[in-house]
Amino acid sequence: MSEALKFHFTVDGEDFTSAGKASVQVKKNLRQLGLPPEIIRRVSIAMYEGEINMVIHAGGGEADVAVTEDCVEIFLHDSGPGIKDIDRAMQEGYSTASDSIRSLGFGAGMGLPNMKRYTDYMDIKSTVGKGTDITMKVML
Amino acid sequence: MKICTIRDLLDAKVICCEDGLSRHVYSACGSDMMSDVLAYVKDQAVLLTGLVNLQVVRTAEMMDMNCIVFVRSKMPTAEMVELARDCGIVMLATDKRMYEACGLLYSNGLVGNKVKSV
Ligand SMILES: Nc1ncnc2c1ncn2[C@@H]1O[C@H](COP(=O)(O)OP(=O)(O)O)[C@@H](O)[C@H]1O
Ligand SMILES: [Mg+2]
Repeated sequence: MSEALKFHFTVDGEDFTSAGKASVQVKKNLRQLGLPPEIIRRVSIAMYEGEINMVIHAGGGEADVAVTEDCVEIFLHDSGPGIKDIDRAMQEGYSTASDSIRSLGFGAGMGLPNMKRYTDYMDIKSTVGKGTDITMKVML
Repeated sequence: MKICTIRDLLDAKVICCEDGLSRHVYSACGSDMMSDVLAYVKDQAVLLTGLVNLQVVRTAEMMDMNCIVFVRSKMPTAEMVELARDCGIVMLATDKRMYEACGLLYSNGLVGNKVKSV
């Protein structure tokens, strides 16, 4: 079995203008690998929502993407405030985002549901006061 | 519907990627909330929005959308235009407001999309 291809990104939590940059880069990388467009789109949307969440809710974090023989795996890590009630956060429309975030086009409470919608596997591990780890997989 | 037809219907100005005007779009999404846009699934759609920031272009790129229409006389920044050029996304700007712009496209045959349930 060939080794997984890996990409690593640091997501800046200070600068909203750069939010989503890593996902645009991942999309480019996956296109270069020649993966099917539908797979690329699902991976990049899920990662984009996760990346934006790290910026608006967690002060930034780290993103890792691995392409293996059978899937694309996205791992997001942050040391933000954590998510108290994950079931509630997963509901469409639930958001703690401020009006200023909403005026930037985010905070509709659709991010986590979108991440679930576009991936085949999603796991959230979060500890209040410590941070959040999200693993997502899109099967090839 | 061809992108040049959208330009004509909305009396819009072409901001970049003029060479893409002959391309087709098959559905549309009008919103200022990017996550609502990201909940839509279809290929080759046009995004109508009154929001002006880099995330609008990134959202369109994530969705493989090939045209963005800015409504209510909104104009993208130079950085946004540069990113759209890089991604090959046609940018249009119209004086029309969201409701009228969407209505014109819809009544001329460009329909919306369904959101896939979670
Ligand atoms: N990385 C994160 N760190 C802390 N809280 C988060 C994180 N991601 C999501 N949340 C919480 O879950 C809620 C729902 O997230 P989401 O569905 O993406 O909606 P939105 O980002 O629009 O608020 C957020 O409002 C926030 O309270
Ligand atoms: Mg979100």
